[in-house]
Amino acid sequence: MKFSSEFRDPELARGVLTAIARTVAEIGATAERPVRIMEICGGHTHAIFRNGIDRLVPEGLEFIHGPGCPVCVLPMARVDEAVRIARLPGVVFTTFGDAMRVPGTLGSLNQAKAEGADIRMVYSPLDALELARRLPDREIVFFGLGFETTTPSTALTIRQARDEGVTNFTVFCNHIAVTPPLRVLLEDPHMLLDGFIGPGHVSMVIGTRPYAFIANEFGKPIVVAGFEPLDLLQSVLMVLRQIRDGRAEVENQYARVVPEAGNPVALAVCDEVYEPRRSFEWRGLGEIDRSGLRIREAYADFDAERRFEIGYGARSAADPDGCACGEVMTGRLKPFQCPQFGTGCTPRMPLGALMVSSEGACAACYQYGGQRRPEPVG
Amino acid sequence: MRDLIDEIFVTAFEPAEMEDQARLADEAMRAAGARLAFTTDSFVVSPLEFPGGDIGTLAVNGTVNDLAVGGARPLWLSAAFILEEGFEIVRLRRIARSMARAAAAAGVAIVTGDTKVVGRGSADGLFVTTSGIGVIPPGRELGEVHVRPGDVAIVSGVLGDHGAAILVARGDMALSVDLESDCQPLNGLMDAVLAAVPEVRAARDATRGGLAAVLNEVAGAARCGVVIDEAALPLRDEVTGLCEILGLDPLYLANEGTLVLFVPPGRAAAALDAMRATEAGRGAVAVGRAVADHPGMVVMRTALGGERIVDMLVGDQLPRIC
Repeated sequence: MKFSSEFRDPELARGVLTAIARTVAEIGATAERPVRIMEICGGHTHAIFRNGIDRLVPEGLEFIHGPGCPVCVLPMARVDEAVRIARLPGVVFTTFGDAMRVPGTLGSLNQAKAEGADIRMVYSPLDALELARRLPDREIVFFGLGFETTTPSTALTIRQARDEGVTNFTVFCNHIAVTPPLRVLLEDPHMLLDGFIGPGHVSMVIGTRPYAFIANEFGKPIVVAGFEPLDLLQSVLMVLRQIRDGRAEVENQYARVVPEAGNPVALAVCDEVYEPRRSFEWRGLGEIDRSGLRIREAYADFDAERRFEIGYGARSAADPDGCACGEVMTGRLKPFQCPQFGTGCTPRMPLGALMVSSEGACAACYQYGGQRRPEPVG
Repeated sequence: MRDLIDEIFVTAFEPAEMEDQARLADEAMRAAGARLAFTTDSFVVSPLEFPGGDIGTLAVNGTVNDLAVGGARPLWLSAAFILEEGFEIVRLRRIARSMARAAAAAGVAIVTGDTKVVGRGSADGLFVTTSGIGVIPPGRELGEVHVRPGDVAIVSGVLGDHGAAILVARGDMALSVDLESDCQPLNGLMDAVLAAVPEVRAARDATRGGLAAVLNEVAGAARCGVVIDEAALPLRDEVTGLCEILGLDPLYLANEGTLVLFVPPGRAAAALDAMRATEAGRGAVAVGRAVADHPGMVVMRTALGGERIVDMLVGDQLPRIC
């Protein structure tokens, strides 16, 4: 395995950074009146902090960390349902690793595991299906999580389970779509965003067209970006140039991976297996219309909500007192401006979900240094 | 059954006598000012055997290295085994033999031990505990508290091979990567570097928590800051690639035969030369230095020219969703 060191070339990076600084100056942005760019995807948030990009860009440019960390936007009520399913006798509950620590009102999956629930970390839904074949006497449940990046692999696994006649495999479906919360953010009258960095992996599946409303209806630029440091810097520059030139377009910096039309095969299998829910709750953002997916009637046998009769929204759970994940996710607060940041809420004892996943804005900010060098508030 | 298990260990380790206790003497203990070093560690690993080692080599080298990095010459080990009922005898014999080989390679003797068998489900195959005794020669005083601003941080070779090899060996991911654990004794390397540079301030082996944990501990104990340079970190492409795919950070991956040293600034070149002359230290490089700024904190200059904090890891590294 060799990975793309050319996308990390410090010389090239310096060139792009110089152009970024020049463009920020041309726009007339300052520390007091910064240009605010939201990176939607948690992978981008992580890459920004991990590479120290937040400290390399000029003061007049501010990153707002968006709602694109699937673990972070998972509502407490759904974590509770996951814990309830996992505790049922006979169940083996399978999940991606970073969902293990997300706190619900009943604790996290990690805690449920320590208390004896059979919870296993998998790297792919196919691993869960394999477990179902190996353990025919157990009920294998897969925690279906994530945006359009992971949605197709879950759908394909469900279809494969049906084709093979596997009867002890279900999916607890919490898959969500990336564009509905962006509309919510853009419709917020307090919204302060000037442009967006679009998610690379999600766009590989959905293409770039679904973002057209951001440019056309709301007049904001968006650039779909890759995940290497130079990808990010170049995308920032592209957004800044649109702002400077008064343009609002959907541009694709990540064309080596993202086709304009996305992946039609993946989209077709998703459409076959899932249908949109009327509404789905996002942690910190509340209920958002047609933002979540459920498993279609035709695949009801593989739906954990039906198998365990829990449905959606049977129980609700409020976020813990003092948790400001919503404000941080909408860009109204920076992570370290939350009163709980680093005190009542740390990666060791997370209060809110943004502190849980390494892609969460608060966890990335805490781990890579934001909290120890707080910038002036306000 | 009992006799069979005893026979396996006695055959492999060939203890000098069969009493319940080992009776030990070594010339080095007689030197005025010499001190005994004594350490213990328990080992659990899944899978029990992996490319580059097994739980037995881990248990020997882990304890040998704990002694060596404190400046001690490791001499004797004890080994205690907790076996799950039904554990294959063939496998146990294989692991006992590889422990004997590891002990011989490190120049230590396994002089006493114990075995318990517990019911099925009460243990995960095999747990091993080793304790070790070594002698610290007079005048040798290694410790994290002795690190001073300006001291150079050196690592003895590539980082993260053990952690990455174990991840791949678990077979949970359909990834085939050619990686071996770096599991090896470090006492020879320590002897070589201390002979050339007695001024070494502190030495550690970067096991659980990886290089990040060691540097944070040094920064905390010495009340100084540590700055490392991302571009200087020795990493195999395979490890970097695996970490990229899984969303892990190689700074936190465990090593089982990688030394981290802090040496005074004028002695770094001599230390590197001495290390590179040994097999275990062939890949030694300077990765950073202690600084007076930001006491207790480790900062990395990223390859891109940015900066970030390298914190202690909370819990285990969990692979990301996407």
